[in-house]
Amino acid sequence: MVRVDGKGSGALIQVRGLNKTYKRGGESIQVLQGLNLDVDKGDFVAFMGPSGSGKTTLLNLMGGLDVPTSGTISVDGDEITHMSASKLTQWRARHVGFIFQMYNLIPVLTAFQNVELPLLLTKLSASDRKKHVETALSVVGLSDRMHHYPRQLSGGQEQRVTIARAIVSDPTFLLCDEPTGDLDRKSATEIMELIEALVAKHGKTVLMVTHDPVVAARAHTTLHLEKGELVEGSAERLAAMAGGHV
Amino acid sequence: MKFTRLIWANLTRKKIRLILTLGSFAVALFLFAFLAVVKDAFGRGADVAGADRLVVINRTSIINPIPLSYRDKILRIPGVKVVTHNNWFGGIYQDEKNFFPQFVIDPENQRQVFPELIVPDDQWANFLKDRQGAIVGEKTAERFHWKIGDRIPIKSTIYGNAAWEFNIDGIYHGKRPQDDETQFWFQWDYFEERVPERAKGNIGWYVLRLNSPDDAVRVAKAIDDQFANSPYETKTQTESAFAAGWVKQFGNIEFLILSIGAVVFFTLLLVTGNTMAISVRERTGELAVLKAIGFGDQMVLFFVLAEAIAISLFGGLLGLGLAMMAVPGLARALNGLLPALVLSKATLALGLGVALLVGLISGLLPGIMAMRMRVINALRRV
Ligand SMILES: Nc1ncnc2c1ncn2[C@@H]1O[C@H](COP(=O)(O)OP(=O)(O)OP(=O)(O)O)[C@@H](O)[C@H]1O
Ligand SMILES: [Mg+2]
Repeated sequence: MVRVDGKGSGALIQVRGLNKTYKRGGESIQVLQGLNLDVDKGDFVAFMGPSGSGKTTLLNLMGGLDVPTSGTISVDGDEITHMSASKLTQWRARHVGFIFQMYNLIPVLTAFQNVELPLLLTKLSASDRKKHVETALSVVGLSDRMHHYPRQLSGGQEQRVTIARAIVSDPTFLLCDEPTGDLDRKSATEIMELIEALVAKHGKTVLMVTHDPVVAARAHTTLHLEKGELVEGSAERLAAMAGGHV
Repeated sequence: MKFTRLIWANLTRKKIRLILTLGSFAVALFLFAFLAVVKDAFGRGADVAGADRLVVINRTSIINPIPLSYRDKILRIPGVKVVTHNNWFGGIYQDEKNFFPQFVIDPENQRQVFPELIVPDDQWANFLKDRQGAIVGEKTAERFHWKIGDRIPIKSTIYGNAAWEFNIDGIYHGKRPQDDETQFWFQWDYFEERVPERAKGNIGWYVLRLNSPDDAVRVAKAIDDQFANSPYETKTQTESAFAAGWVKQFGNIEFLILSIGAVVFFTLLLVTGNTMAISVRERTGELAVLKAIGFGDQMVLFFVLAEAIAISLFGGLLGLGLAMMAVPGLARALNGLLPALVLSKATLALGLGVALLVGLISGLLPGIMAMRMRVINALRRV
């Protein structure tokens, strides 16, 4: 269940009264205003909204990459909004899988080595790391591209490597910021099928930002950022409003 | 270490840039080693010096003479064991380029004052009997392919410009590697006989040996006091102080070399600092992703520093290695113009230490930059 009224309890992710204000020069821009959100384990949520509405800001806050002006975020009982920077770094390594739009992979490392990166922060032995990396790469269907460098992969394959890296340490949830933003329709469809499968077969919890209603339609729930708050709405309805391409 | 591969991959990602940066380190360290070798060679006089030897020169300057008559007065001062006297001849063998020092010596006492310069007894005996005899250091003999029995003409420059003939009666060698084996000695009597009237009875400087090095200060003062207010006042110094003063005649070589070295390392610092800053800036997005997935700030700093230090280590070793290969050849090319050229372990260690320090400092600023970089800004910048 996903709720935006702040009345849920016991959800995996609980956001309460979240405010984020940026100061630029003399003026301050209030991007998020008293935002509430509850996301249960296994949910798949898409965030939509016009450019500049604060989608990335929200995702960064939930991923512990930034701190809110006020309000709280707790994940699986951990309140992350008051953690120190180094605590937060450790928390991210354990609990969050990130998939950004681009610049995800280290170009001088192979697919295998890129996927292995998060495991280097754990105490796993080299052979255990190898097992985990191979499993993650087989989940995204790239077992045969393990030793390729990013420049030897297509954009869609690169994003699949990124997904493998995001799931390899089995984090609590995945954050995707426009994961298909740079891809053609066919590759985007493949990526979305993969993410859907992660949710359906592997029980992953996914929060995703997208501009694309077709992509958003894959999620269980689509939320819209309006005036700094989240409102519920179906992607289908919005797509219809936008001209009916679903 | 499990991060080695990441550091190595980053290090080698821009091959040409890596080669150029390694090259800067190699060239700088080569130059450093070279300068250090030359500086050591100039400063070597002080190591060669005997602690129990004093040098007496004319107070005005070493090129002003002192009367030979001072010899007996010096010998009478308590603590003085033996005294020899030398003159600078300044002659030319065949060509001005063939420089080597020629000293007029007091054959009776020279060997007792300089026991570390060894002449076989039979050769020395022949020398004493031969008015035109000469003893030459091994290096100079090798340089001109002189053998015992050769007759050598040396053209005077100070005392007229006739050629003086000498017979090579002996060849000396030094006990220690740093001993000067380039000198050419000949007899006081022969010199005295041929110099013009005005120069007779004048020696260039005295070198004396003490019963104990502890007497140095007292004896030096006693000598200088004795000749104070005479037409030829003296200045008496330990041999090492004298050697240091001798080097100063060529200008402040040490300062010159140190300043060149400082400029070289400062330039190196700017070059590598700049290179590191560029390569970190290029990787902003990647570093941001690393941080996002849980690599801490210290770890990012460590990656940058490790890279900078690896470059300085490899480049430094390369430059010092080249210098080790080049110094013997250089010593041969200079052929006795300077005392023995030696690339010491201390110089190598210092060079490597300075290289690593430059590496560390050049990585520090970009490393801190990477450490301070905030993920959200870095990802937004793209
Ligand atoms: N570090 C910052 N400093 C100042 N203003 C910022 C900063 N980050 C974001 N903003 C502002 O906050 C607002 C929300 O930005 P955000 O990136 O969250 O929007 P978005 O919904 O992700 O947009 P897009 O769809 O274009 O990615 C924008 O007006 C942006 O200019
Ligand atoms: Mg955004």
